[in-house]
Amino acid sequence: MSHTADAGAEAAQDPAPDAEKGKRKAVSEGKRAERKLGLLLCAPAALVMIAVTGYPIFYSLWLSLQRYDLRFPDQREFIGLENYITVLTNSYWWTSFGVTSLITVVSVVIELVLGMALALIMHRTIVARGLVRTVALIPYGIVTVVAAFSWRYAWTKDTGYLAALLAPESDLLTQRVPALAIITLAEVWKTVPFMALLLMAGLALVPDDLLKAASMDGASAWQRFTKVMIPVMKPAILVALLFRTLDAFRIFDNIFVLTNGAQQTGSVSMQTYNNLIKGLNLGIGSTMSVLIFLAVAVIAFIFIKVFGTSAPGSDNGGKR
Amino acid sequence: MNRIPGRRWRRALTALGAAVLASSAVAACGSDGGGTVVNVYYPSEENFEQVVAACNEAAGGRYQVVLNTLPREADGQREQMVRRLAAGDTEMDVLGLDVTWVAEFAEAGWIAEWTGVDKSEVEDGTLPGPLRTARWKDKLYAAPKNTNVQLLWYRDDVTPTPPKSWSEMLSMAEDLRAQGKPSTVLLTGAQYEGLVVQFNTLVGGAGGKILSDDSTKAIVDEGAVEALRALKDLASSPVASASLSNAKEDSIRLDYQKGDAAFMLNWPFVHAAMKEANPELFEHFKWAPYPAIDEDKTGTATIGGFNLAVSEYSRHKPAAFEAVKCLRNAENQKFSAINSGVPPTIEAVYDDPEMAEPYPMREAILAELKKPAPRPITPAYQNVSTLISTILSPPSAIDPQATAQRLREELQDALDSKGVLP
Repeated sequence: MSHTADAGAEAAQDPAPDAEKGKRKAVSEGKRAERKLGLLLCAPAALVMIAVTGYPIFYSLWLSLQRYDLRFPDQREFIGLENYITVLTNSYWWTSFGVTSLITVVSVVIELVLGMALALIMHRTIVARGLVRTVALIPYGIVTVVAAFSWRYAWTKDTGYLAALLAPESDLLTQRVPALAIITLAEVWKTVPFMALLLMAGLALVPDDLLKAASMDGASAWQRFTKVMIPVMKPAILVALLFRTLDAFRIFDNIFVLTNGAQQTGSVSMQTYNNLIKGLNLGIGSTMSVLIFLAVAVIAFIFIKVFGTSAPGSDNGGKR
Repeated sequence: MNRIPGRRWRRALTALGAAVLASSAVAACGSDGGGTVVNVYYPSEENFEQVVAACNEAAGGRYQVVLNTLPREADGQREQMVRRLAAGDTEMDVLGLDVTWVAEFAEAGWIAEWTGVDKSEVEDGTLPGPLRTARWKDKLYAAPKNTNVQLLWYRDDVTPTPPKSWSEMLSMAEDLRAQGKPSTVLLTGAQYEGLVVQFNTLVGGAGGKILSDDSTKAIVDEGAVEALRALKDLASSPVASASLSNAKEDSIRLDYQKGDAAFMLNWPFVHAAMKEANPELFEHFKWAPYPAIDEDKTGTATIGGFNLAVSEYSRHKPAAFEAVKCLRNAENQKFSAINSGVPPTIEAVYDDPEMAEPYPMREAILAELKKPAPRPITPAYQNVSTLISTILSPPSAIDPQATAQRLREELQDALDSKGVLP
């Protein structure tokens, strides 16, 4: 790719300056038309994006700067950053922020390890490959709320089979630490297949020749995995991690069904929902949504910056 | 092979077509089926459709009442109505409101005030306790449809005379436990409205206050501290159930039906349920007034139930007011009491001889209704309730003085709609 591009550039430099000027103008005219067409073709999509994402984001930003409680419509006023001070100095917010971060970190780490194992299994399987892959993906295909209900019933005291098996005497979902563990477990069970799927795409990038060469040089299986496979599939791992971290940070449905946020197991999304939909406090609720948005943006930014060039979005049009 | 999928496709298409036709037919019924349609949104209640049918007959074609069932859970009911009202939905005419929601809906300007003849017709003969829940700032915003109070349920084969106070109940249960008899005390201790009801009842039974009378100041006085102590005493006693901090009204009913418990504090629906589930135990299943901290106040109870309000956005308000009056009239309240077990709000219905047999605990209910401990009446009730249930959860972790102080501070913020909901 780069060789041909270089050769083309050299060829363009050869002709006389005059001719070059005219040619460049012609090229740029054609390009301009092309760009114009490109912009026109993009415009509908861009407009739709602005309408469905840009507008709500700015509207919630605007709401977050107001005292606006639907139950007291007369007291609506612009109060600047007061809502942010209220939320950021509130212990409930930081508790749920801590809970959310904990669930995010723990579940993503476990998912990465298990997902990698599952991806390797799916990649290596020779017999009934389609069946193995389909079976592995079943948890991801089940609606989260449905899966969460089945976990809840399984852990319910007296009637649940897991509760009867592991802790017949106590009610685990009513205690904070066990409940958080169950939430994480449900989250991990649900999303390992997704992680595995993304990692499997990365595994397909690893050339067989490379692995064969490594084993010829005497690399053990573990060395082949850490020294050859991981570096080659790093971009895929980063995509998987980024997607999962962003998703995990917005966890809602599993908690909603399993504990409904009782015993301080609520996530930031649950709290936002409680303030916005239950409490009808548009000001505070929007402030929380904006804060979640910022947190998600920071996570994405850290991923791109820390992991540098191999992070998704920073690669150069497919060139490495 | 080829023909089968084809046939399947055709069948699927036919089904789809039928569904489309049917749904458009239903939609037609809902919006312009001739004459005025009054859309009633009410939680599921057994046999309520018969009440609706009776009112349709009484209307004689002037309007058609259509019943729309709200979700089962209280939060789901409120959310659906709030969401639609905030958007000015004109398709909702009559709203079934939990008694604690009236102030909120009225302050937000979502429900219409009752005036003139309609107002006096609703107020006439209605018990003052339930009627108070339908008022906001001295104006009437709803018509009480049915009420509810919790009773103490006990077994006369285990305790021939029921306890008269909270401490007596605990000591009786502990004695029973020492003798190896059924001894558990069941109440709704999960982190939800049920816990708030218990707390409110206990505060009322200690002569205390959570909020000031106009519900603008958080008081949480000495009576409330005693109520906290009473909850703590129960939760740390061996006679409390292991699942206290996850117990809701239906789960404690099921627990009681198993026969290991001595006392249960619950709504009257458990009576009919017991008859069906455990006829043997039903023979000994009795009720008494809710035991208060202060023995003289035993029988003080939190008022539950539902009120019917007319949406401010309704296009057929006169018909809607008329429909509400019909749905809650004495005749229909009696029908609902007998057939769905919900206590009436019109005092005269209790004296009806037909009530005696299906509703044996009517006198106990009526007595409690006359000693009401209403929950705080404030537009911010949802916040108040969420905070109380969060702060009191789990009941075993209550530290009376410190918990009361926390309630005072956080409730004040909630009343000013300043704080953050957990």
